[in-house]
Amino acid sequence: MKLTRIGAGLAAAIIGLAGMASAEEPEIKKLVIDGVEMTVAAPAPPYLENLDMIYSGWLFRSPETQALELDDFDNPGMVFVEQAQDMFSTPEGTAGKACADCHQLEDFKGLRTVLPRVEDDGKLWTMEDYINKCRTDRMGAKAWKYGGTELTSMVALIGLQSRGMPVNVKIDGPAKPYWEKGKEIFYTRVGQLDMACANCHEDNYGKMIRADRLSQGQINGFPTYRLKNGKLNSVHARFKGCMKNIRAQPYNVGGDEFKALELYIASRGNGLSVETPSVRN
Amino acid sequence: MKITGLTAVALVFGASVAMAEVVPPKEVKFTEDGAVETPVTTTPGNPANGRKVFAHRKKGNCLACHQNSDMKDLPFHGEIGPSLDGVGDRYSEAELRGIVVNAKKALNPDTIMPAFYKDWGFRRVLKKFQGKSILTAQEVEDVVAYLKTLKE
Ligand code: HEC
Ligand code: HEC
Ligand code: HEC
Repeated sequence: MKLTRIGAGLAAAIIGLAGMASAEEPEIKKLVIDGVEMTVAAPAPPYLENLDMIYSGWLFRSPETQALELDDFDNPGMVFVEQAQDMFSTPEGTAGKACADCHQLEDFKGLRTVLPRVEDDGKLWTMEDYINKCRTDRMGAKAWKYGGTELTSMVALIGLQSRGMPVNVKIDGPAKPYWEKGKEIFYTRVGQLDMACANCHEDNYGKMIRADRLSQGQINGFPTYRLKNGKLNSVHARFKGCMKNIRAQPYNVGGDEFKALELYIASRGNGLSVETPSVRN
Repeated sequence: MKITGLTAVALVFGASVAMAEVVPPKEVKFTEDGAVETPVTTTPGNPANGRKVFAHRKKGNCLACHQNSDMKDLPFHGEIGPSLDGVGDRYSEAELRGIVVNAKKALNPDTIMPAFYKDWGFRRVLKKFQGKSILTAQEVEDVVAYLKTLKE
């Protein structure tokens, strides 16, 4: 028998009985950006056995941080999006071409909602992969550093074209093995602190962990501007940060494991709006 | 508390740090309930240092998950685990030691609470923490001594 005792121990026993239900639901507020209402809470997709509802990370932030996302003029992430807009029309590389020579931004509407996805080559492609492929193969330019500011800003600019549309990544067919791999990573305990993503972002969302209120660890708002480091943060950079916090050796930014995890976590947000670029602390 | 071999050593040699005998993480013995009766070092715990270890973000960081009224001076008490007010009344010293050493054995095999005195059996540990426990033997005893002071 284990040592749970009456007192706070009783509370622990009750939490224990309720199993996963120790997470706390956030207060639902409306998020309207530029006149478009975002879906910040939605019924969990059927493959998420342990969740009834899915929530945007926005709901878990303080009112002050929330306010920064309401208006693009206040959103510090938009500075990076504007820089990406300049890069979009600047020729680079041996072919002397700019993105704008071959693409119009509006053509990317909806793309964010379905990435990552499996291409004809059987590989899982992230937004970063598509952009770098155009740079190396079509422009004769160097690939941008995965997770670096240039690439992440461009990912935000293209993601912005889908803002307000529901995330809708595929998890079946050729995506299935990648999704399964991502799921396994999400539930596997790692590091000296011996925790899985799920321990914080599924079992305990809504609760304070020291100064932070835990969210569900959704990525519908990525890339995200963080007040903490004053820049746009890629999905993989965030995964890396969380792994280091539990003293785990992170997987490689841009590597297969994080791409699989990105697909799995994106699927946990199927139904939430693309909120790019979001603002977090 | 039973007088065990190690505590007898402690009684003979007093609290001399030089003479401290440490039980390495792998050799810690748990009772059936997950309590640990023998201190993991012969140097008695120091509750004042235990209080520091409890709050320190790179040591116990217990405050990340637990509310503790004795630390009203510090901001940001977590809500993941139960309040530790009065925990010194609810548990014996051996039980508290078991909880700190490895809460998965003492409380709940699925708990999010880390094992603070375990240095093997983890996956993908960052290099600089490989083969190490979160707390040293002395820090474990210091925290246990501190928890004993948390009475209602
Ligand atoms: C020489 C023409 C050319 C240039 C320059 C170019 N691309 Fe492309 N890009 C293509 C073609 C062709 C495709 C594949 C066909 C398609 O889906 O549009 C593509 C695909 C993409 C895709 C995937 C679109 C989808 O719907 O699957 C993205 C994102 C993208 N490019 C972004 C960029 C960015 C950002 C730049 C500048 C850094 C850029 N491209 C430069 C020609 C170009
Ligand atoms: C010890 C608890 C803990 C663990 C374990 C953990 N995280 Fe986090 N994570 C946090 C905290 C705290 C934040 C910041 C507040 C929030 O959004 O939850 C955060 C934020 C995030 C965010 C940003 C959410 C947003 O809305 O911008 C993502 C994505 C994320 N984590 C993914 C992961 C992944 C993937 C794992 C597993 C590899 C993981 N986390 C493991 C504590 C944790
Ligand atoms: C990541 C969160 C986390 C951290 C960090 C943490 N704990 Fe816990 N602790 C818990 C949870 C959750 C429980 C409830 C047991 C369960 O999970 O079933 C608990 C239970 C306890 C209990 C039993 C309380 C009771 O009333 O039954 C004690 C004592 C305790 N923790 C002490 C500590 C100490 C001391 C530290 C720091 C050295 C610490 N905890 C760090 C999460 C944490």
